Amino acid sequence: MTALASRSGRSTPGDTRRRLVVIGNGMAGARAVEEILARGGAVQHRITMFGDEPYGNYNRIMLSHVLSGEEEAGGIFLNSLDWYRENGITLHAGVRVEKIDRFAKLVFSDDGRATPYDVLVIATGSRSFMPAVEGLYTPGGRLLPGVFAFRTIDDTHGMVSYAQQDHHRRAVVIGGGLLGLEAARGLQSHGIDVDVVHSGGHLMNAQMGPDGGAVLRRSVEALGIRVHTGSRTTAILGGDKVRGVELRDAPDIACDMVVVAAGIRPNVEVAVTSGLPVERAIVVDDHMRVPDEDEIYAVGECVQHRGEVYGLVAPLWEQAAVLADHVTGADPSSVYLGSRTATKLKVAGVDVASMGLQAPERDTDEHVVFSEPSRGVFKSIVIRDSKIVGATLLGDSRKVAYLTQAFDRGLPLPDERVSLLFDLGGPGEEAGVAELDGDAQVCNCNGVSKQAITDTVRGGCTSFSGVMDATRAGKGCGSCKLLVRQVVEWAADGAVAEDPAAAYYVPGVPLEKAALMTAVREQGLRSVSAVFAALAPGGAEDAKSKMGLASLLKMMWAGEYIDERDARFVNDRVHANIQRDGTFSVVPQMKGGVTSPEQLRRIADVADKYNIPLVKLTGGQRIDLLGVPKEDLPKVWADLDMPSGYAYGKSFRTVKTCVGQEFCRFGTGDSTKLGIEIESRFQGIESPAKLKLAVSGCPRNCAESLVKDVGVVAVDGGRWEIYVGGAAGAHIRKGDLLATVDDPETVKLLAGRFMQYYRERANWLERTYAFVPRVGIGHLRAVIVDDAEGIAARLDEAMQRSVDSYADPWAERNGPFTPGQFRTSLPLEVLPRVPVR
Amino acid sequence: MSAGLHVLGPVDEIPVGEGRAYGVAGEQIAVFRLRDGSFRAVSAVCPHKGGPIADGTIDRAVVMCPLHQHAFELETGCSTTGAGPLRSYPVFADDSQNVIVRLP
Ligand code: SRM
Ligand SMILES: Cc1cc2nc3c(=O)[nH]c(=O)nc-3n(C[C@H](O)[C@H](O)[C@H](O)COP(=O)(O)OP(=O)(O)OC[C@H]3O[C@@H](n4cnc5c(N)ncnc54)[C@H](O)[C@@H]3O)c2cc1C
Ligand code: SF4
Ligand code: FES
Repeated sequence: MTALASRSGRSTPGDTRRRLVVIGNGMAGARAVEEILARGGAVQHRITMFGDEPYGNYNRIMLSHVLSGEEEAGGIFLNSLDWYRENGITLHAGVRVEKIDRFAKLVFSDDGRATPYDVLVIATGSRSFMPAVEGLYTPGGRLLPGVFAFRTIDDTHGMVSYAQQDHHRRAVVIGGGLLGLEAARGLQSHGIDVDVVHSGGHLMNAQMGPDGGAVLRRSVEALGIRVHTGSRTTAILGGDKVRGVELRDAPDIACDMVVVAAGIRPNVEVAVTSGLPVERAIVVDDHMRVPDEDEIYAVGECVQHRGEVYGLVAPLWEQAAVLADHVTGADPSSVYLGSRTATKLKVAGVDVASMGLQAPERDTDEHVVFSEPSRGVFKSIVIRDSKIVGATLLGDSRKVAYLTQAFDRGLPLPDERVSLLFDLGGPGEEAGVAELDGDAQVCNCNGVSKQAITDTVRGGCTSFSGVMDATRAGKGCGSCKLLVRQVVEWAADGAVAEDPAAAYYVPGVPLEKAALMTAVREQGLRSVSAVFAALAPGGAEDAKSKMGLASLLKMMWAGEYIDERDARFVNDRVHANIQRDGTFSVVPQMKGGVTSPEQLRRIADVADKYNIPLVKLTGGQRIDLLGVPKEDLPKVWADLDMPSGYAYGKSFRTVKTCVGQEFCRFGTGDSTKLGIEIESRFQGIESPAKLKLAVSGCPRNCAESLVKDVGVVAVDGGRWEIYVGGAAGAHIRKGDLLATVDDPETVKLLAGRFMQYYRERANWLERTYAFVPRVGIGHLRAVIVDDAEGIAARLDEAMQRSVDSYADPWAERNGPFTPGQFRTSLPLEVLPRVPVR
Repeated sequence: MSAGLHVLGPVDEIPVGEGRAYGVAGEQIAVFRLRDGSFRAVSAVCPHKGGPIADGTIDRAVVMCPLHQHAFELETGCSTTGAGPLRSYPVFADDSQNVIVRLP
């Protein structure tokens, strides 16, 4: 044994602990290890884990959010690499186990390693099932370019980057179950047009009957996803890459990508090759042990327990706990008796819950149904002998917690069955929470019970977000967040702490904006490092907080601000926007979108001289020179001899204008003149987020003034309307009318006063489209127009100070502000260059 | 690549709180000068999508890549946000105020 052990190269002399080896570093494997550690298992075990994927354990459920871009892949890790290190676990990430020698007690992996074990846990999960469809693979046996499975981070990244290649417009998703619908919804957020092809008669047929499926279909179609049910894909078209799919009895669909979400298959190859019992999956007993193998356990989607194979996370939390009880000996009487699959999910934004039977089976079964397809609401409950034996709920999850419990426990039901579907003055939601048993599962994704939440709250953690962090409740699909909040409120008996950190201006300084500003003013803190030293816990700097503080201090101190360049984001250090390949873009100021032949000539000359790869008109009515290396920036600015357009900063950006009165036959105000004046006055002022403005010469609104942070519209009679809080980017909002005034001077005054108020009151990175509705247009009118708080003069004066301290940042071309300010950070050729058109 | 000590240049080339990139014996290294005067060195290219690490924002513990804000411990190069690791290198200033990095 010693000779064998030394082959693993990692046996510490004198370490007599048992060697626990885990194959599969996914949700079940890592959870089993957590449960083992929670039972003091590290004292008895030296733990080694193998994972096929080159990462720590992440929340697979959240891949849908990564696909849709709501989450960064970095944000979904449940166990970071630090976690493994801190717990003394050896992780072989990116290494696949190929075979187990049960007799020599060794696992063999594809890196040539033989690792001895005393106890083995198999947690290999499942993979996407690839149906036999012609053309799915290249002759070389790889998936045809454009075909994707949906199981791993790598699959997800592959889909995102393929979807973002601009000639890709349309996708077909094969499979209309949970995964297929999530994939469809996610792809849509990349501007892809999606068809779902489903061989079943209705969507999500594993979870619900035809009536529910029909309502779900309506909701899904309302999202703009086309659905083809009862439709089988017979071939993928396109020899070198996806060009379409062929259906059995419907016309072909032309498309650029195909996502296969047609079910999953347990990963059992290792078990089969190693002679372990495998039927539909790896067979385990009630202790999660493989029969006849004292020291081999299996857990998660790769197991078959009492004939059942599960495809959702909730069962694996229970399995992992039982496994840990036996591996550590903490509770030898612990047994797993199977899970009742009550699922509560959010699918493509629709709440879906289902449990037990989909429809009545016997003549004596009762069936309570409510359907309101126009709102996407459907509820169906099957009752037998006064107990719930099945339920499906779509689009309204308020009764789910109660129904799940009634289903699990076989609780007696109220005579008035309709109250199962709605709260009819009966026990309301609050009482509903109080009635739930302690072990009722609140968060199915992360397996968190009501008791666990209650204990956390009673242990002193009384904020909603604190409880979410501590228990992970609500951090899966998110459908239970409301319930988690209610349980927290109930457990805290009304004394819920609002999460203070959520209100901090920046994460590294524990103060809200107003308090921070007071402290900064009273203590005379003029630099970012001074703020950290005086106000951050332990005086610690925080990289994430620097940019927000720099912006705030510049706004507060204007000319007296001590400008530490390390507090700035790289864009603000070099006054240009960093690009994907580490080069920069140069957008010179072009006030109001007005230019001249002379300017254009200079721009053309610069583009020639510096081989600018792309010259482009921006959406902000100016010209962008893209792909400029950092070291060329000063020379480019010098030759342009135009000021910065601030296209990179969290600052005042542009004023778009229309031609207006001077030329346009409808114009009632000189919009270009006013736009230029506004841009000249407020150029470069920093603000919590970008400020984009526009001036239109009449209500035809050719400069799109209604969707700008500040938008001005000339109206009949020489008057001007001022709109604030509009946007048409990631969010679309029509601005609110702040005031209608008589002359351009008042426009400039009120716009400046509004912007100053916003600079002082808005949270870091809060655009006006969020700020204006938060404080309310009524309040803004009172403060800005009517001076209800008596601060108008102060606001105007503060803005004037900022205006006076303007200096064109591109003047730094004459002498760098810091050594090496424009030195390249990419000393050698590394990155793919942005394509030259 | 040659193991051992390499002189990168005068300390003053790196402004306090910022980083600069150096090509050393075929390696690309980002060197940062912390506000306490000490130095840290990690590989200069982000493992995520090749971002220029020397253009990142730092505090005493981490550097944040400018492209997608993945963070990396300056001491070890390990990512705190789930990206792959950077390499880290021993680095210091010698008596004549030159930055010296040690390649393994
Ligand atoms: C250059 C330009 C696209 C173009 O080629 O036309 C552009 C380019 C970028 N936009 Fe934009 N936006 C451009 C007009 C717009 C517009 C239209 C407009 O300004 O009239 C919008 C919608 C209006 C709005 O802001 O609400 C717009 C909404 C965004 C957003 C979404 C902001 C939001 O909160 O809704 C972002 C992301 C962000 O700021 O976090 C963004 C972010 C970006 C960034 C800075 C992404 C980044 O961080 O690197 C892009 C820089 C590309 C580069 O490599 O230089 N860009 N962007 C446009 C520059 C206009 C200008 O002259 O200054
Ligand atoms: C996009 C998506 C959305 C989902 N949404 C939900 C949801 O909303 N609700 C829900 O309940 N469930 C959902 N699921 C299902 C849920 O993610 C799974 O039930 C869960 O991940 C199963 O855990 P597991 O550990 O058994 O398998 P996995 O998490 O797949 O882990 C198995 C790991 O083992 C590795 N492995 C396999 N073979 C080997 C080998 N031979 N050597 C080394 N490593 C190996 C694999 O690479 C993998 O990393 C979703 C799944 C996906 C893909
Ligand atoms: S320029 Fe704007 S819309 Fe275009 S890719 Fe960049 S951020 Fe997105
Ligand atoms: S390239 Fe560094 S975070 Fe993306």
